[in-house]
Amino acid sequence: MLGEGSRLRFATGILLIAGLMLLMAVPVIGQSSETVGTRLRHQNEEGERVPVEGVIISVTTIDRSEVGIGATDSEGVFSVPVPGPDVYLVTIDVNTLPEGIRLREPDRTTVEVEVLESRDGRAIFSLISGDAEPTEESGGVSARRVAQLTTEGIKLGLFLGMAAIGLSLVFGTTGLVNFAHGEMVTWGMLSAYFFNYFGLAGIFGFMAGWWPPLGEGVNLIFAAILAVIVGGATGFLMDRWVFRPLRTRGVSLIAQMVVTIGLSILARYVFLFIFGGNLRFFRDYSAQSALQIWIIEITPKDLITVILSVLILIGVGFFLQRTQTGKAMRAVADNRELAESSGINVQRVIRIVWIGAGALAGLGGVFIGLAEQLSWLIGFRMLLLIFAGVVLGGLGTAYGALLGCLLVGIGIQLSTLFIPVELKNIGALVVLALVLVVRPQGILGRRERFG
Amino acid sequence: MTLAAVDWGFILIQTVETSLGLEAAVYALAAVGLNVHFGYAGLLNFGQVGFVAMGAYGMGLSVTLWSLNPFLALLVGMGFATVFALILGVPTLRLRGDYLAIVTIAAAEIVRLLARSTTLGEITRGAEGLHAFIGPFRELNPFDPGSEYGIGPIQFAGNQFFAIVVGWALTAVALAVIWQLMRSPWGRVVKAIREDEDAARALGKNAYWYKLQALILGGVIGGLAGMVQALGKATIQPDSFVPAYTFFFWTVLILGGVGRIWSPVVGAMIFWAMLTFFQGTLTAMVNEGLIPTALMDTSQVSQIRFMLVGVGLALLMVFRPQGIFGSREEMILDVR
Repeated sequence: MLGEGSRLRFATGILLIAGLMLLMAVPVIGQSSETVGTRLRHQNEEGERVPVEGVIISVTTIDRSEVGIGATDSEGVFSVPVPGPDVYLVTIDVNTLPEGIRLREPDRTTVEVEVLESRDGRAIFSLISGDAEPTEESGGVSARRVAQLTTEGIKLGLFLGMAAIGLSLVFGTTGLVNFAHGEMVTWGMLSAYFFNYFGLAGIFGFMAGWWPPLGEGVNLIFAAILAVIVGGATGFLMDRWVFRPLRTRGVSLIAQMVVTIGLSILARYVFLFIFGGNLRFFRDYSAQSALQIWIIEITPKDLITVILSVLILIGVGFFLQRTQTGKAMRAVADNRELAESSGINVQRVIRIVWIGAGALAGLGGVFIGLAEQLSWLIGFRMLLLIFAGVVLGGLGTAYGALLGCLLVGIGIQLSTLFIPVELKNIGALVVLALVLVVRPQGILGRRERFG
Repeated sequence: MTLAAVDWGFILIQTVETSLGLEAAVYALAAVGLNVHFGYAGLLNFGQVGFVAMGAYGMGLSVTLWSLNPFLALLVGMGFATVFALILGVPTLRLRGDYLAIVTIAAAEIVRLLARSTTLGEITRGAEGLHAFIGPFRELNPFDPGSEYGIGPIQFAGNQFFAIVVGWALTAVALAVIWQLMRSPWGRVVKAIREDEDAARALGKNAYWYKLQALILGGVIGGLAGMVQALGKATIQPDSFVPAYTFFFWTVLILGGVGRIWSPVVGAMIFWAMLTFFQGTLTAMVNEGLIPTALMDTSQVSQIRFMLVGVGLALLMVFRPQGIFGSREEMILDVR
């Protein structure tokens, strides 16, 4: 199936990737016994994050039997030891919050925390300034809530779309469904985290755990740029070391797909090994008070990332529509043989698609991490939503992927008007199945013979 | 501080125990199902763990919710897996293979998320899972729970031994059924569809309907795997059905050789022997201080295990897609 040369190159490719990841695999923070708790901090007018003291927090098991209750200390920290790995509920008593501070999401007073072996569970409550809202908007449909959720949906859709374009273009040009694409999203997010905390040494990030002099963190903006570069480089290496050798030797697409699955499992558990099961935040911009724009509340960081993603996506559209390389990409996606015979260097186009896919996935990861929390599993969760968006829009089309993801993002957020929040992603996946029944080629896809 | 200090005897006994025990039986059954899907019918099922979960929950809920007797519970579990196969198959089996792959991986995750959601908490008991179902099954156990069964140093407790016997017995039944089916006209049509769907359709065969039947058959066998696991572990927890396990089953299948009757059994035994030996060695090395705790602690050994399966799956798929004993000619991968 593979010739000696490329066989060797493929094996070294996989082993190098595994080796590189393991080299980094030094736990940043080691803990030995499990606790559950939270750390409450609030951003004051000067932008400093100050601990919030004296708030009553209770921890219970999933069936609501009490594990511990107490008030946060002068560091804003409260934690109790728990019997072992399990899922716990952490509840904040909002009546004990100091005046002028409230929960950003008033409905989220209880947070589910999963404790893995030797990993602490930390509940995240996001606190913002401002007096308690009248609770008229919790539950029920109001114009204001619809506007707010639509905004959240557009934000989610843009971030998903940014990651999805790469997935869709890789599929369009090579026919490969890359199940490791979600891990490329996580990879961007985590490398930004390490640059953010350990600076350039973040590339061996984790050594900073043992050897602090290695690095001071850089601002998240630079960290994000570095993460995009790392993402692009990863895309390049995926193509160069793994998929190009497989392609040139005619390994079937299904075998390649299983290879992407292997890589995704490898990467996911390397991330867990390095990063641990806890949710974390970037060092900068993690707590911000929301701005009020018309009837919509949005934090400055969300506003900026949304504007940035719109600009970047317009840029990608321009690139695909107007530049020589972009046109070549669409040509290859359209009909590979025809493109090749008209003199387009298909391997080069595919290489550029992979680089772009990696970079966009990385940036999408940074944005998602900034809007929510960082976790080792987020890429896989996003991947399922990306699939829903890509199939909805039409597998293999760049604009379809974007449109589909926007619809999925808005749909997910608006669905919380009617269904419990914890089920919102499930709704998107159900839509995925329904689309396949009604219009399998997606909204913008071309009709072709299936099956 | 040397390798000599490691208790190799203990690790070896554990290795043999898992490769004959509950884990291997569960994985063999799940991979038998996957073999029907991928090996014989060429269906890309990336969500086998969803079928396993459906089987387990179907069986558990029939006891905790509807107080059915164990044999009816078994049928309900198979019914759950059948319904899941219909939900997945009806929309996707007319489409290209990768759509089935995408939908199955998503659907398996939906099952897990629904099972652990608080919305269904009254029924499925959330992340804590089901425990109360085990009583009626334990009453059927002919072995004494207090004593141990086995040969020499390989010993299983009575309840565990019961689950293992049931597991291997079901595997044997499933293998016999598939062996007969694949020699029958039905099996030949299914394999023909795998080879060339257009040709099979040109001969007047309803490819869609045959593929759906294969999806149901393999799914029900996967459901049986879930029931055996529930029986052996006496608990059904949503988080024992994470997506990565589907690819453990894939590794088992490819290790043994896709599309061969015995491959899942051989694959499962080898897979668990390698995994347990590796895990035992690594844990012992951490405990003996041969691997500094700054690098890893024993709780992280199981994460290494997942990484190893990931690398193993990718390398196997490229270098030995026919598995350890298979022949390359029988290995048909270009199904679309």
